[in-house]
Amino acid sequence: MPKSMSVVKQAIVADAGDEVDGAMAESAAAGQVAAGRKVLPIVEVVVLVAALVAPLVLQDYLTVFATRVIILALFALSFDLVWGYAGIMSFGQALFFGSAGYGVALLARDLDITNIFLVLPAGTIIGLAFALLLGGFLLLGRHPSSVIFVSLGTLTGSYAADRLARGWYYLGGQNGIPSIAPMTLGGYEFSEGPPFYYLVLGILVVVYLLCRFLVRSQFGLALAGLRENEQRIAFFGYKAQHLKAIIFAIGGAVAGLAGSLYAFHEGFVWPNMVGVVVSTQVVLYVLFGGSGTLIGAVIGAIIVEGVSFWLSDNYRDIWPIILGVLLLLVILFRPLGLISFVLGERERVGSFGASRKEKRNAAP
Amino acid sequence: MPLLEAVGVRKVFGKLTALDGAALTVGENEFHGLIGPNGSGKSTLMKCIAGAEVPTQGKVSFINTDITAFTPTERARAGMSLKFQITSVLPTLTLYDNILLALQAQSSLFDLVFSRTRGALHDQVMTMLTQFRLVDRAFDAAAALSHGQQQWLEIAMALAGKPKLLLLDEPTGGMSLEERRVTGELLQPIKQHCSLVIVEHDLDFIRDICDRLTVLDQGKVLASGTVSEIQANKAVQEIYLRRA
Repeated sequence: MPKSMSVVKQAIVADAGDEVDGAMAESAAAGQVAAGRKVLPIVEVVVLVAALVAPLVLQDYLTVFATRVIILALFALSFDLVWGYAGIMSFGQALFFGSAGYGVALLARDLDITNIFLVLPAGTIIGLAFALLLGGFLLLGRHPSSVIFVSLGTLTGSYAADRLARGWYYLGGQNGIPSIAPMTLGGYEFSEGPPFYYLVLGILVVVYLLCRFLVRSQFGLALAGLRENEQRIAFFGYKAQHLKAIIFAIGGAVAGLAGSLYAFHEGFVWPNMVGVVVSTQVVLYVLFGGSGTLIGAVIGAIIVEGVSFWLSDNYRDIWPIILGVLLLLVILFRPLGLISFVLGERERVGSFGASRKEKRNAAP
Repeated sequence: MPLLEAVGVRKVFGKLTALDGAALTVGENEFHGLIGPNGSGKSTLMKCIAGAEVPTQGKVSFINTDITAFTPTERARAGMSLKFQITSVLPTLTLYDNILLALQAQSSLFDLVFSRTRGALHDQVMTMLTQFRLVDRAFDAAAALSHGQQQWLEIAMALAGKPKLLLLDEPTGGMSLEERRVTGELLQPIKQHCSLVIVEHDLDFIRDICDRLTVLDQGKVLASGTVSEIQANKAVQEIYLRRA
C-alpha cells in the first residue's frame, strides 16, 4: 500500500508543477501569478504525508477513529463540490451518504454481498441515483431555482428520509441495521485497523485527484462562473441548470461512496445517517476548513472531528458548547475557513488558461 | 427581412405600465440607438429582447424565429448577446479566464470536462484581449480593473460567442470622455459581422456611432428613423433633445 501512495504523491507534485507551467503565459504578470501559486500543493502534500504516517504513531483505537475521520473527509469533499464549487446550498447531503449506507447494509444482510468491488460501486450508484432524482426535481426547472428553494428542498429530503427510516420495519426502524458483515476481497475481510485505514485513504486520494482534475478543467471554469453569477453565464449560452444538476449528481455519488465505506467501517447503519444532523455536520466541516478548495473540506473534517473527540474526552459536559463557539468564531472572522490563513483569494479561485502543451497543440 | 423585430411589446409591473406597445426593428449590421427620457422604458424593452424579462404582451422575433418565450440561454445560442447595465464581469477570475468562460460557453460537456477546447481557444482569447486593449492585464483578477476597463472586458465577453446581435445597456456609464471615445473606436469594427442595440444617455456618443435611432417616451415609440431624421423631428426635440 505505501508504494501506491508514493505514486499518488508524485502525481500530486507533478500536477502542481503542471499548473505552475500552465500559468506561465506570455504576459509579465504571469510570472507573479506563478510565483504566488504555491501554497495549495504544499498544503495538500503536508496533509497527505500526515495522513500516511498517522497509523504508525497512533494507538489502535485512534486508528479506528482516524479511519472514520477519513471517510467523513471523503463525505466533506462531496459537499465542497456542490457548495464550494457550484454554489448549491445542499442541506441534505446525508441523504445520499445514508441511503448508500442503508443500501449496502441491505446487500450484506439480505443477499450476502460484501465483495468490495460490488458494494462500493453499488453505494456510489445509489448516491448518484438519489442525487439525480432530487437534483432533477430541485434544479432542472425551466427557470433557475432559488437558493432557498434548493436548501429547503434538500433539507426536507434529508428529514423525510430520517423519518421514513425510523418508521420502516424492513430497515430496522429506530435501531437501524446492526452487525453488518465485513467488506471482503476474495477471502480477505476488512476489519477495523490499519488495512481499512489505508484502503479508505487510498480511495480518498483517488477521488480527491479526480475532483481536482474536474474543478481545474474548463468545466471547473464554468462552475466558477456559475457560483459567481448564474444569470450572467446563462446569457453566454451555458445551460446553467444542467451544470448544477451534473455537479449535484457527482456530489451524490461521492457521498454514496463515503456512506457505503462508513456503513462497513462502523458495522451498522441507523436513521441519523440520512438525517439532518449529519447533513449539517458536513456543512460545518466545509465552512470550518474553507470551501472551494477541496483540501479545506478534508482539513475541516479532520479538525472538527479531532477537536470534538478531544473536547468530549476532556470536557465531558460542556464540549458541544465549546465546539459551537469555536465554529462561530471561525465563521465570523474567517468566512473563507481556516485554509484562508495560508491561502489567498487569487490562488483559491486559480487560473484556467491553457498550458504550454495545449497551446502547442493548438498552433496551426 | 430584419434581424430583430419587436412588435407591440407591453410590460406591466403591478400598477406600473413600463412598456405600452413599444416596437423596435433592427437590420443586419446596423447600429441602432434606443433613447428616451428616464423612465421611458428603454431598459425594460432591452430586457424583454434579451430575455431577462418576459413581456406581458407582444412578440419578439430574431432571425425569423419567434423568441418571445425563449430563455436567455436559448437566445444566446440563437446568436444574441447582452452586456448588462451593471458591470457583471466575474471579479475573482482573471481577465483571461473571463474571456475563456465566454468563449467556451457552447463547447460540449465532454470537451469542458477534458479541457479539449482550452488550447484551441487560446489564440482567440489573446486576440480579444488585444483588440480591447486589455492584454497587459491578462492575468490580473478582473476586480483590479478600472470601471472603464471592466466595461470593455464585458463588451469583449459579450462579443466572444460571435453573436449576430449585441445588446448594450449603457456601455459608457461612468466613463471619462477619453474612455467614451475609445469605446466608440472599439465598437466600430464589429459592424462587419454584428448588429448593435445601444441604450445610452450620452447623445453625442449615440450620434457618432449609430445608424438609426428609436425614441421611446412613456413606454411608447415616439419616433424612429435615421439619426438626421430624428434630429430634425420636432416632437423629439421638444420632449427630449432640448431637455438634454
